[in-house]
Amino acid sequence: MDSPGIVIGFYMMAGLALGSGTLVFLARNLLHALAFLVISFLSMAGLFLTLSADFIAMAQILIYAGSISVLMVFAVMLTPLASRDNGNTIYVLPGLLAAGGIATFVGFLALDTSWSGPATDFTTTIDLIGNLLLGKYVLAFEIASVLLLFALIGAIMLVQTSSSDQEEGEADD
Amino acid sequence: MSENTRSATPMSRQIAEHHSLLDRTLALPRPILVMLSVLLVGFAMSQIAIGYLVISGQLDGKWYDIRDLGNAMISLDGVIQNSEMDSRIASTLAYLIPTLAGATGIVSIVGGWLLIGPWVERRLIAKFQIRQGPNRTGPFGLLQTLADALKLMQKEIIIPSGADRFLYFVPPVAVFIPAILGWAPIPWSPKMSYADLDVGVLFVIAISSLGVLAVFMAGWASNNHYSLLGAMRTIAMMISYEIPISVSLLAVVLLTGSTKLSEIVLWQSEHGVWLVMLIPFAALAFLFASTAEINRTPNDIGEAESEIVAGFYTEYSGMKAGLFMGVELANAILVGALMSTFFLGGYTMFGLETWIPGYLILATKIGLVYFLFVWIRATLPRFRLDQLMGFAWKFLIPVSIALMFLTAIESSILVRWDVPNFLSLGLIGLVNITSAAGLTFVWLRVLFRDTDLSTPPAPILTREMGGLQAAKVLRG
Repeated sequence: MDSPGIVIGFYMMAGLALGSGTLVFLARNLLHALAFLVISFLSMAGLFLTLSADFIAMAQILIYAGSISVLMVFAVMLTPLASRDNGNTIYVLPGLLAAGGIATFVGFLALDTSWSGPATDFTTTIDLIGNLLLGKYVLAFEIASVLLLFALIGAIMLVQTSSSDQEEGEADD
Repeated sequence: MSENTRSATPMSRQIAEHHSLLDRTLALPRPILVMLSVLLVGFAMSQIAIGYLVISGQLDGKWYDIRDLGNAMISLDGVIQNSEMDSRIASTLAYLIPTLAGATGIVSIVGGWLLIGPWVERRLIAKFQIRQGPNRTGPFGLLQTLADALKLMQKEIIIPSGADRFLYFVPPVAVFIPAILGWAPIPWSPKMSYADLDVGVLFVIAISSLGVLAVFMAGWASNNHYSLLGAMRTIAMMISYEIPISVSLLAVVLLTGSTKLSEIVLWQSEHGVWLVMLIPFAALAFLFASTAEINRTPNDIGEAESEIVAGFYTEYSGMKAGLFMGVELANAILVGALMSTFFLGGYTMFGLETWIPGYLILATKIGLVYFLFVWIRATLPRFRLDQLMGFAWKFLIPVSIALMFLTAIESSILVRWDVPNFLSLGLIGLVNITSAAGLTFVWLRVLFRDTDLSTPPAPILTREMGGLQAAKVLRG
């Protein structure tokens, strides 16, 4: 954290992440909350960049801001109009409890870790991650990919109407 | 002009009377011709002098070496570091100046293109359709875009009642974020790249996936069913076509062994080959999928004027609609730059880049790819939505994935096999072209095994209405 650019970038991104994160639960409209959530995802990606984690930052943008948010958009679109507000429900108490628990856990972890490692120059992480994924952790990687393949095939099976169903439907018409 | 050549219409008379540029130049008065030839000789002599400087190597790395604008930034950095400034101020300046210079460069590329791009596109399409195009405002109609922009700005902005006012104002600006951010990793010369990220390819894919959200917001906030329908069509199309883009870029990464855009360009220049020759199907898939991703004809399903008014920006008026139209052009040259970097050798041109500035070569390639886009737009009709999705899911994705596996095998052979480049790369190119053609043929046979393509069925509506006979009956 020598260069002033990094310091400015860190405070901008942290402020943006916290501010938009607050607005996510203050916004009354669910789609506004979703827009703020996307901004908070993007600023989290910026925070990862200041921490020299370039691959994680790109994965954050690609998966969270690009895909998960679109999934949420479709989920909101397919829910009835009545449940599209972001108001308080009975889930606010367990939600607050879970958030507080996670914050306490991460806080203790952060206080317990010694952060006094020497500041090193930026090196790319993508080679390291690639070698680990296809070397040491290849089993976990393969299990995850098989799981995703199952999910894909399952989704296709769910939406597919078999040819006999289709013929019956046409006969009914 | 011979007797049987008829110049009946004003149009054909205009064409017949049209003189070429050479004729018009030779018809200029004598003094101007002399001046022009003196200028030409001076230009040629200055080129020879520059050529001497380049060969002798006196120019390499100097700040006035405009073959690479990065040289100026590097020497400026050296001046700042050597000066007797406070180290904090010096590091701030060394950070701030290149950042602002690069950002200004990118924004001026996009902004400058938005000023002249619509004119270029309209003139080109007019040439394709044998008409003149905008030629009244200013010389050659160059000020037409400015006039259009002024007109759009004067228009009243109509906000539909019931529109979500917060989300309504964000999208016209938000759609420009990917169009500008995407320029960051593109190398214009060896030292001239705004942010030469190690994860450049991932950055490109991640940035292109952000455009979906702006489109959705525009469709949703308008409080109009047609807008929402257009947004949904666009989102479905963009999500589908992200997969062929990613798979074809994966083939590029497999062959070059790097996700850094500058190293992809260097690999192509070191091996003396463009990737489009090695993996032609991936290049074609990238080109076609990009036209879908940026909403250009033949894939402009999102704003298909003849079907759903203007798609997701139906309810936008004035300059807001203008921004949505402008972002299409900005995206077109961005895709041109990405296409040239990934598949057409980027700023290199088989050694020409030591003579001509690399950014000029890249700009020429961008222009050529853009011309291809305009050509496609002027000649091909629009796909239907289901045809477009079927094309992505049933054809592009399976064939791309199969060929990507082939590329993976080839690249692992390439790094282990010690033969001259032209032999191994030539073999790879040959294998890839034949396998792409064969796979396409076989896969299409499998897909259309139940369809008799020799006698295409009549469209259902025509069949049910009785076709021409019914029209005759109706007319009486």
